[in-house]
Amino acid sequence: MFRISPEVIESAALQSLLHDPRAGACATFEGRVRNRNDGQAVQALEYEAYAPLAEKEGARILAEARARFPVLHAVCVHRVGALALGDLAVWVGVAAEHRGAAFDACRYIIDEAKARVPIWKKEHYAGGATVWINCAPRGPADPGPPPAG
Amino acid sequence: MKKILHVRYFAILREQRGLAQEQIETAAATAAECYEELRGRHGFTLPADRLRVAVNDEFAPWSALLGEGDTLAFIPPVAGG
Repeated sequence: MFRISPEVIESAALQSLLHDPRAGACATFEGRVRNRNDGQAVQALEYEAYAPLAEKEGARILAEARARFPVLHAVCVHRVGALALGDLAVWVGVAAEHRGAAFDACRYIIDEAKARVPIWKKEHYAGGATVWINCAPRGPADPGPPPAG
Repeated sequence: MKKILHVRYFAILREQRGLAQEQIETAAATAAECYEELRGRHGFTLPADRLRVAVNDEFAPWSALLGEGDTLAFIPPVAGG
């Protein structure tokens, strides 16, 4: 299940989707709002998604993870709306027989989700400025966006 | 031939356009032509090679031919996680 959530992500409830007597391993990842990015003090974040396409692309990523790694269950939920520092922005959970597949699939899902799912992040900085991440126009002297964090 | 399209804007494009969606009438044959037309009209800062495009809620090539009533969405560089 891949879902875009306008409400707070309840990770305890999501954990219950991974309960399976066959699963000897459960790997989860929590992406949280960090107080700095690229040397600037971040005060808050906004996430926006193209929900119908995001959920389709997210479902494809989960299917790819199941095809690549022997996993039993894979779940990802991404928050949208206004978030404060420390808030949970994305949650990934994978259950598998063994830990290798659980770790690998969890990593695959978050990496692909960041690269492919139509979700956007706007950072609000201490001075009041705001920026849509990765969306700055590139001039000749612009080295491009910083590595994804 | 002119056609009516529904256009959705997200993130930086939504702010630069000043709205999240609109209905337009255009003679653009492809998604690429349509973006160039709208970019010229609204001054979007991002060139098409930084964007992806979706037609009817599915990723599509820029060469996709547009039909009457299609929903077009321009997708700025993503930044989830």
